[in-house]
Amino acid sequence: MPINYYIVLALCLFTIGVVGVLTRRNAIVVFMSVELMLNSVNLLLVAFSKMHHAAKAATMASAGADGQIFVFFVMAVAAAEVSVGLAIIVMLYRNIHTVDINFLNRLKH
Amino acid sequence: MIALLLILVPLLGGLATFFLKKESEVRTWSLFVAVLTFIVAILGVSVLNAPEYLSFKADWMGDLGSTFSIKADAMGMMLCMLTAISFPIIFIGTWKTAYEKPQNFFALMLLAQAGMMGVFLAMDALVFYFFWELALIPMYFLSSQWGGARRIPVMFKFFVYTFIGSLLMLVGLIYIWSKNGGSFDIDAFYNSKLSVKEQMWLFWLLFAAFAVKMPIFPFHTWQPDTYEQAPTAVTAVLSAIMVKMGVLGLLRWLLPVLPVGSYVMGDNPSFLAMIGIVYASIIAFRQDDMKRLVAFSSIAHVGLMCIAAFSESKSGMQGIMIQMFSHGINILGLWVIIEIIERKFGTRKMSELGGVAQKAPALAIAFFVIMFATVSLPITNAFIGEYLMLNGIFNSTVTSYGVIYAVVASTGVILSVVYMFSMARKVFLGNTNELTVKGTDIDFPEKAVLGIILVIILVMGVYPQPFLNMMEGVSDSLLKASDIQHLILKK
Amino acid sequence: MKLYLLFIVLLPFLGVLINGLLRNQLSKGLIGRIGSGVVIGSFILSILAFMEVRAGGSGVYKYFDFVNIGNLKIPFAFQIDQLSALFLLIVTGVGAVIHVYSTAYMHDENQDHFGRYFSYLNLFIFSMLMLVLADNLLVMYIGWEGVGICSYLLIGYWFKNTEFNKAASKAFIMNRIGDFAFLIAIFIIGGKIGSLSFSEIMTPAALAKLSYGEISAVALLLFFGATGKSAQIPLYTWLPDAMAGPTPVSALIHAATMVTAGVYMVARMNLMYSMVPEVLNVVAVVGLATALLAATIALKQNDIKKVLAYSTVSQLGFMFLALGSGAYIAAVFHVMTHAFFKALLFLGSGSVIHGLGGEQDIRKMGGLGKYMKTTDITFLIGCLAIAGFPLFSGFFSKDEILAAAWAHSPILWGIALFTALLTAIYMFRLYATTFKGRFRGTTEQESHLHESPKAITIPLIILAILSVIGGFVGIPAIMAEGAHGLQNFLSPVFAGSAPLLPAHEVSHSTEWILMGAATLVALIGIFYAWGKYAKNPDLEDARGFGKVLENKWYMDELYDTVVVTPYKKFGSFLKDVFDAKVVDGIVNGVGRLVKYGGRQMRWIQSGQIGSYVLLMVLSMLVIFVVQFFIRK
Repeated sequence: MPINYYIVLALCLFTIGVVGVLTRRNAIVVFMSVELMLNSVNLLLVAFSKMHHAAKAATMASAGADGQIFVFFVMAVAAAEVSVGLAIIVMLYRNIHTVDINFLNRLKH
Repeated sequence: MIALLLILVPLLGGLATFFLKKESEVRTWSLFVAVLTFIVAILGVSVLNAPEYLSFKADWMGDLGSTFSIKADAMGMMLCMLTAISFPIIFIGTWKTAYEKPQNFFALMLLAQAGMMGVFLAMDALVFYFFWELALIPMYFLSSQWGGARRIPVMFKFFVYTFIGSLLMLVGLIYIWSKNGGSFDIDAFYNSKLSVKEQMWLFWLLFAAFAVKMPIFPFHTWQPDTYEQAPTAVTAVLSAIMVKMGVLGLLRWLLPVLPVGSYVMGDNPSFLAMIGIVYASIIAFRQDDMKRLVAFSSIAHVGLMCIAAFSESKSGMQGIMIQMFSHGINILGLWVIIEIIERKFGTRKMSELGGVAQKAPALAIAFFVIMFATVSLPITNAFIGEYLMLNGIFNSTVTSYGVIYAVVASTGVILSVVYMFSMARKVFLGNTNELTVKGTDIDFPEKAVLGIILVIILVMGVYPQPFLNMMEGVSDSLLKASDIQHLILKK
Repeated sequence: MKLYLLFIVLLPFLGVLINGLLRNQLSKGLIGRIGSGVVIGSFILSILAFMEVRAGGSGVYKYFDFVNIGNLKIPFAFQIDQLSALFLLIVTGVGAVIHVYSTAYMHDENQDHFGRYFSYLNLFIFSMLMLVLADNLLVMYIGWEGVGICSYLLIGYWFKNTEFNKAASKAFIMNRIGDFAFLIAIFIIGGKIGSLSFSEIMTPAALAKLSYGEISAVALLLFFGATGKSAQIPLYTWLPDAMAGPTPVSALIHAATMVTAGVYMVARMNLMYSMVPEVLNVVAVVGLATALLAATIALKQNDIKKVLAYSTVSQLGFMFLALGSGAYIAAVFHVMTHAFFKALLFLGSGSVIHGLGGEQDIRKMGGLGKYMKTTDITFLIGCLAIAGFPLFSGFFSKDEILAAAWAHSPILWGIALFTALLTAIYMFRLYATTFKGRFRGTTEQESHLHESPKAITIPLIILAILSVIGGFVGIPAIMAEGAHGLQNFLSPVFAGSAPLLPAHEVSHSTEWILMGAATLVALIGIFYAWGKYAKNPDLEDARGFGKVLENKWYMDELYDTVVVTPYKKFGSFLKDVFDAKVVDGIVNGVGRLVKYGGRQMRWIQSGQIGSYVLLMVLSMLVIFVVQFFIRK
């Protein structure tokens, strides 16, 4: 399969994520959009890793592993982020009874 | 080694002070540290002819081309001596002034002392800058914690003002550093090859820091407010010692580093300082607060040092040396007296005082002698300094306006009498009022402290020659390094 | 000799230390004895020094390096020659007499003020001796300022009185204005010649290093310094106010010694002044103008000390007239005789004030001759001497000045003669209203009237004798050839300048006529005043022009409006408007600009996360576009 398909798919996912972050006001949806962007990057990383190291992979099992390991890092960090982020959102909801991010401009004052 | 001790003793002593609890312990300990520093300084002066004891080098930031290099030449040693004398005097003079959280107050004072010692000793531009800021920070906290009612905005202004000056200096230092092969060493700075144009604009960057610190008209407006709002002990440090940081910077880090720039631009600061002398003297006469009056008088005195520095003459240079010390001692005496008066009568307003001489004759005698020194009457230390400086300015071969500077600056001699004598009249002479009628004379420690100041004033005024001999070498070498004639010959 | 000079100077300083530091421990009698004793000691040593100088023992004695910075060496050295030896005698002699007088005059002061008084007085003698003995301009400047500060301390001796303190400050400030010029002259000499020692700069070779203009400038500046110290136009107004000090102080400082420092200095620098005749003319004209102005004011003053003060200003003017006419010896001669008779007059007035319990207004005196015989007679002697009555000391010295003025220019002589007439009038107006007629004070004062104690009258008698015989050291050549002892003694000091001055040969007959005219004028003045005031001593209130004179030509008011008030106003303007609004305004303005800028930029930081992200994405897009499509 040509690499272009992966790239277009990742681009679409990323764009959906960006638009989601920009337009939605619900914090949880924003959060999900962020995850979408991360995953689009993950997809690209895996795809490029496969493409660049296709030749070497026949002789060396670990060829291109760094790109894939990167993806694991991203997933691990994303998981950590989700746990902290969701906890924050829950706390927010308890305090101000909304998850609308437009109310969260207290730092300005 | 001694140079390092001069910094370390107050630094460690100051850090230790933070952990003391009882006020009496704090005061005794800090006085002990100050006296110890003074003893180290005496040792330093006694081995002035053996420079191997007076310099210290250690690795610091090798990658940046900076070593922790300190050395006490005669000028640095003299200023360290001034610092070392001042602190015991300040501590004893303010012995009875109450401070909240005294351990923090005295600790910060000692840290400031360490910083100032470092400035006077630094032989590396980065070390110099490091100590320059280090001395400022405790001063800021001291004033904004223990100062007068308007202390917060005033100290903010003071800090921002001096800090902007310092940053400009830092930019200048870094530029020179980049031009002389990445070394911050003072000798590399003295031999840096900068074009005339570079020297001209670098001059203003470096001068900015020193002009604010001294201060030179019109960069002086932070000073009267700061002196007024800071606790008097801090004011004494600011005016007796910190001001000298500016003068030292001028002499050690500006004139020899940028000789051509100083030669070309020198008339500008001289002209400003000349205006400042007359300007500050006139304003001083109209002040009611004693601290503000002394603050303005200090602007006038320091202005003269600035002109003398740019006159680049032997007489002027020796005059600055003796005047840096004298001005420190004299103004210290004035602050001690103002502190005592404020503590006794609860006010610094001259219009509310009067007739203090009847109630406190010993204080009055001390004040009058110090006043005579402030107006540079002969046989006081300040006369020698002012005479030599004015003589140097008048006969300067570097500037063509020397005569004008000297004549205008000499009017300061008249104007200083106008404001100082009116202060004496309003505070000490005349009849007592209901506020001063209950006054008492000073006690023994205060007498001793003021007595020391008077002795220094008179001894240096009558027999200044040993002091001048001590300073001769450093004056000559500074003059030689900043002499542009010598540069042309070298090329 | 070296030790003599050192002890002459140090003895009074010892007195300062003892009386100043131990004033609360010592008894008043002891303080007085120490204070006077050290000055008498100095006087005895001065006589010995004087004897040695007469035997040819002039010299310069160096004690230590005062200031030595390579290209300028200033030793701390004393110079003794004929001129300084004579001044030594005057200063310590008159000083000793006045110290003794003070022990009685100040006796009502309490202990520590008494000690303070004597330490100031000793400090003054110390400074004056430094001034007189100085070998160079800087040491002279030490003494020059030192006497100024002592004068300040002593004028303001009664420091509870604000007016007195103001007078003291005024005196010192005006002196300082003069000192400022003195200092600049020192810079010029130090810079051009590289030395400040009189023996090195007062030589034709050294002065040749200065251009004519520079010499003139130095001479004028030094003379301006002298106008401050010696109370000449334009800086004379402090001296009358200086009468706020105790009367012995007025006698010592403001009549006999300090105010003649200017004369001494010009005489010391005579070689330089003789090289610039224009400056000498200025000196003569200023001196004469001062003499005339002060004499007219003295005519209408009603305070006994103020009359004497203006008379001092006037006599100092005469001295400068002599200096300006090139008659240096006449000026020094007049310094000497003036020291005698003016000290006598002041001490006499002190005796009167003492007797009247502090009264100084001559309208409330009168008829005191009946009660105070000694004071009366000695005061009369003083008046005769100052008026120039034949064979009294003032006669000889004033005659010499008049002769010199005639030789210089008959116009100067004419005005000087008129001033001499005024002198005789105002002095005898003072004498007649004080000692003749009937007593015009309160009966209570009258009951207390008494002759002053011995410690007051004996100094009066000593000074009276000197006022009578003091002139005989300078008998003019027309009376007896070669009898002018002072001239013979002092001529080595002025030898250098003699050839530079234009020679004025005045024939003997002219000189006799001049002397006759001076005598006649003095007699007219004396008889006029006597006739007018002795019989009818009630002074009328001044009217018309007299009012102007009584108010001293409104000079103080003039200085006030021209200098003092504008200075204060300008100071307030700088303090409240320029410094606070303009200079500090700019500084604060920079701060405010930063704050304002921050406020304007604040809308970007809306706090909406969405807007931040949008901004971020847009910026990224811009960078992306720029990076890949625009930058090739």
